[in-house]
Amino acid sequence: MIDLENLPKTKFRGKNITLAHGAGGKAMRDLIDEIFVAGFDSPELTLLEDQARFDLSNLNKLGNRLAMTTDCYVVDPLFFPGGDIGKLAVTGTVNDLAVGGATPLYLTCGMIIEEGFPIDDLQRIVASMKSTADSAGVRIVTGDTKVVPRGAADKLFINTAGVGVIPETSNIQANRAQAGDVVVINGYVGDHGAAIVDARGELALEISTVTDCQPLNDLITEMLKVCPDIHCMRDATRGGLATVLNEFASSSEVAIQLDNTKIPVREEVRGVCEILGLDPLYLANEGKLIAIVSKEDSESLLAAMQKHPIGKDSCIIGAVEESPQGKVILETGFGGNRIIDMLIGEQLPRIC
Amino acid sequence: MKFVDEFRDTEKAKTLTKEIHRLAKKLENKQGINQSRPLQIMEFCGGHTHTIFRYGIEQMLPDNIEMVHGPGCPVCVLPMGRVDDCVTLAERPEVIFTTFGDAMRVPGSKKSLLQAKADGADIRMTYSPMDALNLARTNPDREVIFFGLGFETTMPSTALTVLQAEREGINNFSLFCNHITTVPTIKAVLDSPDMQLDGFLAPGHVAMVIGERPFDFIAKDYHKPLVITGFEPLDILHSMWMLLKQINEDRSEVENQYTRIVPTEGNTPALEAISKVFEVREFFEWRGLGSIDHSGVRMKKEYTAYDAEQKFSVPNLKIADPKSCQCGEVVKGVIKPWDCKIFGTKCNPENPMGALMVSSEGACAAYYNNGYEKKIA
Repeated sequence: MIDLENLPKTKFRGKNITLAHGAGGKAMRDLIDEIFVAGFDSPELTLLEDQARFDLSNLNKLGNRLAMTTDCYVVDPLFFPGGDIGKLAVTGTVNDLAVGGATPLYLTCGMIIEEGFPIDDLQRIVASMKSTADSAGVRIVTGDTKVVPRGAADKLFINTAGVGVIPETSNIQANRAQAGDVVVINGYVGDHGAAIVDARGELALEISTVTDCQPLNDLITEMLKVCPDIHCMRDATRGGLATVLNEFASSSEVAIQLDNTKIPVREEVRGVCEILGLDPLYLANEGKLIAIVSKEDSESLLAAMQKHPIGKDSCIIGAVEESPQGKVILETGFGGNRIIDMLIGEQLPRIC
Repeated sequence: MKFVDEFRDTEKAKTLTKEIHRLAKKLENKQGINQSRPLQIMEFCGGHTHTIFRYGIEQMLPDNIEMVHGPGCPVCVLPMGRVDDCVTLAERPEVIFTTFGDAMRVPGSKKSLLQAKADGADIRMTYSPMDALNLARTNPDREVIFFGLGFETTMPSTALTVLQAEREGINNFSLFCNHITTVPTIKAVLDSPDMQLDGFLAPGHVAMVIGERPFDFIAKDYHKPLVITGFEPLDILHSMWMLLKQINEDRSEVENQYTRIVPTEGNTPALEAISKVFEVREFFEWRGLGSIDHSGVRMKKEYTAYDAEQKFSVPNLKIADPKSCQCGEVVKGVIKPWDCKIFGTKCNPENPMGALMVSSEGACAAYYNNGYEKKIA
């Protein structure tokens, strides 16, 4: 494990990123060598070719389809309770591959850095990416850096793309939910959203919730071992649980019935939502997957998930029904139902 | 969560629901209140509307009770002309315009505050007017305007913020006052010729400030029973039961279900702050309801220096509601949202034409979002 608090001193000169670090000359070469190549420490990157190269025969052994994805990360603040933009950038892309059933293998890393950004912070973020990549068993194999004038970007933006291989046995698609299936989640919803609201510091909430930002691929490997035929699976990031379930309901032309009393939400997160007028079902997560599987498979799947450290709070939160098609319905736990629709725009706090 | 979960208890809800059904049945036998002539109960406040939909309370009620979702959503009833004024103020280069979050999306005649922000205006979402005052402290070279919005519930905090600004001599803070008053508005609803309401769930947070007495005329002069109601789902059911009991016993009184928060006489320091800073306007324009006498407040002359309307020029143009909108009739319970010609078609939450589609607390948005869409043409 990399100790993020005690990083080795680099030979890199200067305290802040300047435009010279993006100009293609010696300064940029120093930045790449001392921060990125040293920090990511992968054989492909060390070669410093314009592209990473892979042996196809190795990939062929893992499955019959290549999976590819990309995501941009612009979170503010860059450091938040339990994580930072670097951890997020690796986790998010790894998870986007893994929920499709793919074994994530290689990541790219593009960074847009605002002039004046502290080198120390950059080094910490790179180390955090490396640490997260190691824990997920993936390598960062190629990258790009641009430095833009002050004000042209907000501190640091990261893009990661990822490649993985899908085994022949798995066929996970948003349109495969069918009546009789059940909805499974691997733990508490809304932690990441609440942690970010808190970290912005505008509200002095003094909560101890940390982000749930974590790679899901190891858990998913265990899941696929006991249940190769997962019908649908996505990670519930922006837009939260509600959005993912709406996507499933709409693609599969089914109804999804949720039981509010079964959806795990931490007391603190519920508290934040009560105070701010937010709904935890729409809060972002960075380490939560929603899977739809047949009822027969659900028991063994749940048992396997609960044995895994990031699945110990896994549970069934709802079921798939035939109608009303395309709708997600929440049994409120009070005696009535309500429709859980997609958000229109951003979740805005209510006046009263 | 303590002090919350107790008021969402399923078992208690079942008991109350059973009692409500029993009382409603009695009314059916006694007064012929049935599905075709249901009892119309208005919850005035948008907060209540929110709870009713969030917990699916309408589905728990008997068929012969119809909830009428009243005009008490301050975001919904904001007229377009006032939103235009907000945009004009916010687009001044020296201004930081601060607002509660859900006012951001309300459409003006040209744009909403959200669009104005995208166009470059410095608009910031705040949770409290004190946050706005803090922005004024930390940005002495800018003019910070707070968009004061809401009924008597939010009035005291804006009044106290103005008083605090005065005490500290903060001169770059001002208030764009759009506060509205509850009682004249209920009166306007009651005076409307097509009104057929049978009782009220009255807003608990307003009563927390103004007390029980200002509601007396509704029971005494208009003979409508009224229960001051809290905002948790059990509060709503409890109040509904109290209301049905009154109707069954031919009483029309002001009762207080929300005694844990609402003192009979209200909150004296809050009322003092309000009367120090604000005075009643002759009339105020409402989206969907038109002009209502004495239904808004403005800042007193002594506080002109903190009054954004005096400090800056605002166009103050009256923009008529779209002709096709039937919000006024929905608010009074004359028609249901789906009876409106443009409900769910030309008017939807993504593109709201009328007041009640604007905020999730508006009746039409709530109906639309909660899938009462079989009725959508």
